[in-house]
Amino acid sequence: MSITYLEAIREAQAKLLRDDERVFIYGQDVGGTFGGAFKATKGLAKEFPGRVLNTPISEDAMVGAAIGAAIEGMRPIVEMQFADFSSIALNQILNNAGTHYWRTNVPVPITVRLPSGGTKGSGPFHSQSMESIYAHYPGLIVMTPATVEDAYTMLIEAVAIDDPVVYCEHKYLYYHLKADKLPTEGVPTGKARIAREGRDLTIVSYSAMVHEALAVAEQLAGEGFEIEVIDLRSVKPLDTNAVLASVARTGRLLCVGESFPWGGVTAEVIARVAAEGFHLLDAAPQRLNAKDTPIPYHPNLWSAHRPNAKEIARKARALLRE
Amino acid sequence: MLQTAQRQSKTKKPSPPHERFLEAYRWMLLTRTLEEKLVSLYRGGLITGGVYIGRGQEAVSAACGLFLQKGDIFAPLIRDQAGRSAFGEPLLDVTRTYLGSREGPMRGRDGNIHRGRPQDNQLAMVSHLGAMISVTVGALMAKRFKGEKGFIGLACIGEGGMQTGAFHEGMNIAAVEQVPLVIVATNNHYAYSTPNDREFACHDLVDRAIGYGFEGYSLDGTDLSACLEVIGGAVKRARAGRPPQLVVASVLRLSGHGEHDDASYVTEEIRREPFARDCLKVAEQTIADLNLADAKTLTEWRKEAAAKVDEAIATAQKEAPPEGDKEDWCAISVRDLVESPE
Ligand SMILES: Cc1ncc(C[n+]2csc(CCOP(=O)(O)OP(=O)(O)O)c2C)c(N)n1
Repeated sequence: MSITYLEAIREAQAKLLRDDERVFIYGQDVGGTFGGAFKATKGLAKEFPGRVLNTPISEDAMVGAAIGAAIEGMRPIVEMQFADFSSIALNQILNNAGTHYWRTNVPVPITVRLPSGGTKGSGPFHSQSMESIYAHYPGLIVMTPATVEDAYTMLIEAVAIDDPVVYCEHKYLYYHLKADKLPTEGVPTGKARIAREGRDLTIVSYSAMVHEALAVAEQLAGEGFEIEVIDLRSVKPLDTNAVLASVARTGRLLCVGESFPWGGVTAEVIARVAAEGFHLLDAAPQRLNAKDTPIPYHPNLWSAHRPNAKEIARKARALLRE
Repeated sequence: MLQTAQRQSKTKKPSPPHERFLEAYRWMLLTRTLEEKLVSLYRGGLITGGVYIGRGQEAVSAACGLFLQKGDIFAPLIRDQAGRSAFGEPLLDVTRTYLGSREGPMRGRDGNIHRGRPQDNQLAMVSHLGAMISVTVGALMAKRFKGEKGFIGLACIGEGGMQTGAFHEGMNIAAVEQVPLVIVATNNHYAYSTPNDREFACHDLVDRAIGYGFEGYSLDGTDLSACLEVIGGAVKRARAGRPPQLVVASVLRLSGHGEHDDASYVTEEIRREPFARDCLKVAEQTIADLNLADAKTLTEWRKEAAAKVDEAIATAQKEAPPEGDKEDWCAISVRDLVESPE
């Protein structure tokens, strides 16, 4: 038997609906027999009547309603059809959910699922990675699972957490990643994972880029380099200690993220390492992001826009030569 | 079938029970007394940030709070002191928040009207207008999920806030979810300095009700009797399982947008409109005309309101402010997940 990243997300939601009567799913096209634009909720409306609800195309109100329901004791999961459309709900997520506990002492346990990141042919409005924006604001947890196992256990944990969680699931991984079975236990949120051990260079990454980094590590192993790949798992909280520990072993740091280059997760990681682990570094830390343009539609442009294995390898080799 | 918008007939005006009228009047009076005091503290430099009052809107607001029961959800906005008090907000919450005490629900973390006790169903507004409508809808959905019965939600909005996308989404989703919601919109004829003709171009805002699947009612917000009747009726219908209710009240904002604002843009012409009457004076006239209470009683009530307000202010003034180096700088409740990069 094998299970995909997407099936893991569906299974996690089925388990949550089964185990916790406070859980309901709220989003466009999630209900009925349809089960969501990507089928992440397929069959759930039938299995859990009245708890997997289609909404109007109203991202602001979807999240607003989830906030109100969470204040009243529910554990809503909001599915954005694409991460990109969560921009319409930014106000509710950042200014309402993100401020609520701080202002009132009442936490807001909502989970907002964002089908994120690029796939070929999706263009500027169906490809975005928004984790850096959400991580920038106080009051939110931002998860970026890179494996089938994490997709499953982190979603379950997201709903259990009393604070608002933005759960960034990568669309490219939906069908590409498979595992033999689902885990019963996960790594705690806030702890990074060493996806591959090495001693010459640390590549810090998260979500789909972990797999590009692993491909590069494999390739450079053939050239005699041992690359350590760190999967952040959640970008907020960000496991600075795990990154510093890795840099202490390797002396070199490359951060890879799929979102736009100005600021963001990769810049944050480098800022922290520069501030707290400057003495550990044998070379200037580097980062690689998408280009500073909207995300292109055509596959030729798209694959050149995002960091790809070739680019990561080029950057890694340059760092290793220093 | 969703109901069509209806207009309240302006001719028929049965008096509500006198006790309820007087009870509402006393919340209005308390609010007027409190807010006048807050204004003088502000003018004396004793309040940091803005002061936003509901002068001229107390009748509408008091009626909102008065018909809500324990277990109902209230989402007040900027000019709803009377409703907040009538729904059970302690005066101390107001004075502590305005005066920056570290006690009280907001603890110096938020100020003025941005306060609430969500655990007691008093939602804490964010500034972003329109945002609280869908939050109220969600709270009502949760109550339904939990199997509660007989509850309603009431959310307030100004005609300015009615023009946001969030308000539109909120109205629509309320009707889609068929939650027992009353929206009380107060058209005070200005959004900050912007008059109605630059806010919307429809004939009457209440006409929007039908477009959303709400039942709609218009209201002369200067007339407390009418407020009690129309808002009371809307609450009753929502509780009885009718579609969501929209009440549009007409008044004039009898203050600046905030106390920093002299409202010099309000025209003389509009000040002569019937909706520019002061609802507190109108209510007092009704009390006199119908002999609902004598002058001595009114004087007593005024004194009592002043004493309550003075006490709440004195208490808050004695309390320590929050301090930056002692603050718990933590925006999430799950401590294990806090990170604090320097
Ligand atoms: C979305 C949004 N934009 C701008 C503001 C700034 N603002 C605060 S109150 C206000 C006017 C509100 O008018 P209205 O809704 O009619 O309420 P009123 O103040 O008249 O009671 C504005 C523009 C805001 N709070 N929210």
